[in-house]
Amino acid sequence: MVLCLTAVCLFCGAILGIVNAVTEKPIAEAAHNALVASIAQVLPEGGEISDANISDGFEYYTSTSEDGVIGYAVKSSTIGFGGTLTLMVGILPDGTVYNTSVLAHSETPGLGAKCTSDEKFTSQWEGFASDKVLKVKKDGGDVDAITASTITSRAYTLAVANAVEFVKSMNGGLGNE
Amino acid sequence: MEDLEMSKWSLVTKGFIKDNPTFVLVLGMCPTLATTTSAMNGLEMGLATLFVLVLSNIAISLIAPVVPDKVHIPVYIVVIATFVTVLQLLMQAFVPSVYATLGLFIPLIVVNCIVLGRAEAYANSHNALDSALDGLGIGIGFTMSLTVIGIIREILGSGSVFGWKFIPGDGILAFVMAPGAFMVLGYLMVLFNKYLRHS
Repeated sequence: MVLCLTAVCLFCGAILGIVNAVTEKPIAEAAHNALVASIAQVLPEGGEISDANISDGFEYYTSTSEDGVIGYAVKSSTIGFGGTLTLMVGILPDGTVYNTSVLAHSETPGLGAKCTSDEKFTSQWEGFASDKVLKVKKDGGDVDAITASTITSRAYTLAVANAVEFVKSMNGGLGNE
Repeated sequence: MEDLEMSKWSLVTKGFIKDNPTFVLVLGMCPTLATTTSAMNGLEMGLATLFVLVLSNIAISLIAPVVPDKVHIPVYIVVIATFVTVLQLLMQAFVPSVYATLGLFIPLIVVNCIVLGRAEAYANSHNALDSALDGLGIGIGFTMSLTVIGIIREILGSGSVFGWKFIPGDGILAFVMAPGAFMVLGYLMVLFNKYLRHS
């Protein structure tokens, strides 16, 4: 009895070890590709993208060209309606949001999950000027919420606002480079 | 010979209608209700379960004669969990987009009672080929059921089929969410049983 269980567990463990060894690289590559694609999507083209930096609990990537910093891609998480909502937010040095993309979410399909597909909602982040208020309209800001998904929209907006705040404080600290 | 082929064939087809896991055996309700928000999700979940079901049936039919009765459930669960983890790693590596939508539900296949149910009810007392065919049939039946539920929920809830939108507007939200899953499943079960009883 014990022998049988041991043998089965050993054998299964060995199989898992092999499969893990085989798939480890493709999994890391797939995750890396997804990350690079999301950064490319939220920042203007032409910059050299740095490795991951971590500061204040934010993971961010700096895109630089010969003329200096083009923009920052900041990974920002908040709590949405169904769980953690993680965004990649592209921010220009002057605080303008260049674009955003969703890295991970668990919002309700057909409602909050529209934050990845609803044209009206996603397109407003392209070039969201720094003087506009990062709050949904219901709360007195300038962000159009997704119909029937105010909580998701608030979480999304908060994630963007946190990222912008972070870039501003970082730039301020470095003497506005 | 013909009889033998017929019986092999019926091993597969019995899972489609007569022993349909969703509408007749009523097994594996958790993934059935949770993943069928769209036709594509239902199909992918069905195929993932099919893969695990066939492999675990084969493996269990092979080891069943040497597994002592007292530990057969833990052994089966370890075998099933191994296949599920293999599937999970493979999906993560080679189809990350599918993994992104279904990732949460893949580990749940371990406790899907269809898989353990077939191991207990069929694979442990039949040979590897018959068990594979049984797994294939039940798996296809499960995939078809999930896809049908997914198609109906997607049409009513989003006005589209397999992502192809043909009804403008938002659709009936309830069908994308949990209550719609129960309603569609219930009505399909009624139709299914009505048809079965008449034939």
